[in-house]
Amino acid sequence: MARAVSMRRKLTMTVLVWVVALIMFFPILYTIITSLKTEGEAAAGFSMLPSFTFESYALVLDQQDYFRPFFNSVIISIGSTVLALLISIPAAWAMAFTPTPRTRDVLMWMLSTKMMPAAGVLVPMYLIFLNTGLLDTLLGLTIILTLVNLPIVVWMLYTYFKEIPVDILEAARMDGATLPKELVYVLLPMAVPGIASTLLLNVILAWNEAFWTLRLSTTNAAPLTAFIASFSSPQGQFLAKLSAASVLAILPILLLGWFSQKQLVRGLTFGAVK
Amino acid sequence: MATRQTHRLARLMMTPSVAALLLWMLVPLALTIWFSFQRYRLTNPAISGFAGFSNFSFFVTDPAFWPAILNTLLIAGGVLVLTAGLGIGLALMLDQPIFGQGIVRILMISPFFVMPPVAAVIWKHELMNPTWGVFASVSRFFGMEPVNWLGSFPLLSIILIVAWQWLPFATLILLTAMQSLSEEQKEAAEMDGANVFRRFWYIILPHLARAITVVILIQTIYLLGVYAEIQITTGGGPGFASTNLPFLIYNVGVLGGNIGAGAAGGLVAVVLANVVAIFLMRAVGRNLDA
Repeated sequence: MARAVSMRRKLTMTVLVWVVALIMFFPILYTIITSLKTEGEAAAGFSMLPSFTFESYALVLDQQDYFRPFFNSVIISIGSTVLALLISIPAAWAMAFTPTPRTRDVLMWMLSTKMMPAAGVLVPMYLIFLNTGLLDTLLGLTIILTLVNLPIVVWMLYTYFKEIPVDILEAARMDGATLPKELVYVLLPMAVPGIASTLLLNVILAWNEAFWTLRLSTTNAAPLTAFIASFSSPQGQFLAKLSAASVLAILPILLLGWFSQKQLVRGLTFGAVK
Repeated sequence: MATRQTHRLARLMMTPSVAALLLWMLVPLALTIWFSFQRYRLTNPAISGFAGFSNFSFFVTDPAFWPAILNTLLIAGGVLVLTAGLGIGLALMLDQPIFGQGIVRILMISPFFVMPPVAAVIWKHELMNPTWGVFASVSRFFGMEPVNWLGSFPLLSIILIVAWQWLPFATLILLTAMQSLSEEQKEAAEMDGANVFRRFWYIILPHLARAITVVILIQTIYLLGVYAEIQITTGGGPGFASTNLPFLIYNVGVLGGNIGAGAAGGLVAVVLANVVAIFLMRAVGRNLDA
């Protein structure tokens, strides 16, 4: 009896939740559908049935020089994440394993640099980039994304490293492990999952960053954010093509995001919510 | 053990991060302050020298200044209310046992991974377009006149777009917090005869306080700087109806070539962010200590 009631309840909730989830996902779904229509169908108004043509994709990949912004996005998001990891791993390691009374303050201070609004320092950064020749270069964008995401990377790594039990080091030492052995065989395997999730989340954040990448790039270094922004205005009428370009821009990161969603909450809240 | 040596090593390991962030914080800020008191035009090198407070008076007397401040706060506030409110509702729903939980989670979280320019493009061209947009089709289906969303309600439209992007974030965090509430506590309350609303109000909501605080603080950092969505959908218009502070600073400082006034605007943005941060820490910060 109780089973039957809870089954009915489960079915009702299932329908309700699925409806809400599909509404949330609808804009993305509809963009995918539109990208598979002909331009004529796309301009004709609402329809969920495309003719499943890939001509828009062919057009985008063919004419619009899609690959350059794509590889620019790949380079700056992976480059800035790796750079940030290289700088952050030692720092997070030190703070997690040899904490001092000031560690907490240092961490809070690092986070507080995120409170600096990007628009507040846009003008000097623009001038620095203009005068050093970093404007519209991949190096420039990589540096800026590294700095923007550095506090998040340090914090994420710190929360992961802190969960590694220190006692295990003592045990390894008792067994006669030397420091290099300790690092490679004991700590590294335990640190890798944390580093991997940090890497994934920050590639996503860097890929989607759309203030500095729009403002400090024009053509040569323009990543997908800038590509879509410039594609949008003149191509507004070519809905199917615009949709295909949009799908191509978000698909890789959507897949990464789905893959890493379990780690997302921890990472995004700096371990405050688990 | 070798504590002194360890601590020296630890400091050495932290130096690159601390130095990078220190530079990143101090150099642009110092330059912003310096430029805000200088006459400096990108297009005319002849104009130079100490400007006093003229850059500030130029920036704050711009007819778009007060609308921009108001719009910045309205966007942040509107999105926070929508995402926190709807987020609690969605988290409550997702917390129930249902079929296909994994797929539902993936569908719901997806908007968060869509880069802002694409989100803006989708909403502008596919959903809100008054001729072929989905919303217009829905209006016509119900026999109503299609609404020109971005033309008639530019700020509301932008709030909706940004809220769509951030709702998954709020939902996921609130859901995670909700799932850490012990099943026994909920059952105990149920047995004591507390109805659904009382259980929500006295048990679930207090338990969520910390997560709600985290959602508000983190989202605020990003919401004060909304930019790409505005550039792509409305261009700040009509008039100044959807111009926010970052947008105005770029227009004045870089497009207008008035570096001094742009820097002055930058300082206004820094002050505004700090005022909002202090206000938020006073209002909700105590939830974090627990």
